[in-house]
Amino acid sequence: MMIEIDGLVKDYGSLRAVDNIHFQVREGEILGFLGPNGAGKSTTLRVLTGYLSPTAGTIRVGDMDIRRHSRAIRQRLGYLPEHNPLYTDMTVYDFLFFCAEVRGIPLHRFRRELDRTVSSCGLTGVVHRKIGTLSKGYRQRVGFAQAILHDPQILVLDEPTSGLDPNQILEIRRLIRELGRDKTLILSSHIMQEVQAVCDRIVIIDRGCIAADGTTEDLLRQYEGVPVLELEFFADDPMLDAMCEAIEGISVRTAQQLPDGAWKLCLNIPGDDTQSSVYAWIRARGWVLREMYRRRVTLEGIFRRITMGEASGEASNAIEEASGETPDAAEEASDTAGGDS
Amino acid sequence: MIRNALIVARRETRVLTHSLSFYIVIAAFLLITGFAFSSEVFVRMQANMGTMFNTVPTVYLFFIPAITMSLISREKNAGTFELLATLPLDDTEIVLGKFLAALQLVVTALMFTLIQLVTIVLLGHNVDFGPILCGYLGLIMLGGVYCAVGIFASSLTDNQIIAFITGFLILFVFFIISRFMHLAPVELLNVVQYISALHHLERMTRGVLDTRDFLYFITLTVLFLRLAIIALESRKWK
Repeated sequence: MMIEIDGLVKDYGSLRAVDNIHFQVREGEILGFLGPNGAGKSTTLRVLTGYLSPTAGTIRVGDMDIRRHSRAIRQRLGYLPEHNPLYTDMTVYDFLFFCAEVRGIPLHRFRRELDRTVSSCGLTGVVHRKIGTLSKGYRQRVGFAQAILHDPQILVLDEPTSGLDPNQILEIRRLIRELGRDKTLILSSHIMQEVQAVCDRIVIIDRGCIAADGTTEDLLRQYEGVPVLELEFFADDPMLDAMCEAIEGISVRTAQQLPDGAWKLCLNIPGDDTQSSVYAWIRARGWVLREMYRRRVTLEGIFRRITMGEASGEASNAIEEASGETPDAAEEASDTAGGDS
Repeated sequence: MIRNALIVARRETRVLTHSLSFYIVIAAFLLITGFAFSSEVFVRMQANMGTMFNTVPTVYLFFIPAITMSLISREKNAGTFELLATLPLDDTEIVLGKFLAALQLVVTALMFTLIQLVTIVLLGHNVDFGPILCGYLGLIMLGGVYCAVGIFASSLTDNQIIAFITGFLILFVFFIISRFMHLAPVELLNVVQYISALHHLERMTRGVLDTRDFLYFITLTVLFLRLAIIALESRKWK
């Protein structure tokens, strides 16, 4: 089922939380709904799930309208709210049974759905435990179980991995990917890697407005600026002018000598093939190359650029300065160079 | 609609009957009403239900807000209300379900007082069952009004204590107003009398079955449930 958000506006008193946003989620798509805290993510999802009413505009799910067919939409939708609220004084079984009852699932079907849900969410063994006695990871799984028990066509997950440890996060991501195979799924998050890891498409919302909408590749292409090569090597004199003359199209952005005597350079390069010329040039001088990598635009950089209001045309702003955290951005060349010396 | 309300009610009673505080509240209720009854029987040597019927509305004042205070406020506080409201349930079904659960517990507590009726039947003769049945019916309907008020109070806040006090204060007005009848201007006497919950209960315990009394209890119950629904729905527009 397709979800169509059309001119949605939501005010809290005089505060406009969501300001005239439009986007669509296609059937079977996993959409990453991204934004800093307070950008209007949860508000949008709460309107979609019928918890709040829109101030203006509407949301359509298939051919149903949120204003007129709220209950029918909720019947087809699974929702994991932010902070995963649960009835801590009920057992997992009682809680899921209650959800099934409300959703009108007959008993014989409930048994089947319960088995499926319990095994896919990894709840075996805790079904008769009180929810309040479960660990945070297990509670999150109970939240998932509640959302997928009725095998909904649409799944809405509001920050499903917040507060989990790295292992649990990986497990939840695996679950999301699995569920996303045959459902329309909206996943809100402020964690970039997460969205990049599981989503087909990304919508970034900032201060109530849509700031970007596209696939990961689209966004990366759109925000990619001049390619930058970063390198560190040992040399008495880096001979920067000579280097710029010898290799066509490069220019030095920054150059500094590190405390241990190594030189750290940032070069603007015309394209990927320039990397090998730079490497060859340094090798020809007999210098020890310690590190060399091509800085790439990351989603995090794009996100920061969009949401921090860094409006300057400088495309390289989008390049993540602290890109050490994103392994795919760093092409380590140190071992090659080390072997050379 | 009723089906969904009953599902919500079943969940509530299940959770309530698994909590210790519920049993403490029931025990207190029975202790106080039982004490009133036994002092009547053993001290004044009178075997009638009148004292019990007079005591219960006072005990209700604390007993019912104590049962209803958490029904909605706790869900708001824990965030589970969002879970409930995004299931295919509407706010009317949620409120009605909570109301039915609370009323069911009040009726359960009242059923325990039937032991007093049994005592009277064993001790006395020519027991007039008419007023007693009417009286119980009156107590159940009064319980309904109190539950509706308690749920309304609970829907206003996410703090159980505030819900309890608000519920208690609203009930207190309906309860105390007949005590100030002598202060009311003569023209308003009928109005004040009509507002007073105790006035209607007294008529029923005397064995008078009048549609006006039914209408009074039912109107107030529906009114406060409706207010609770509005209070919940206001989240959508605020």
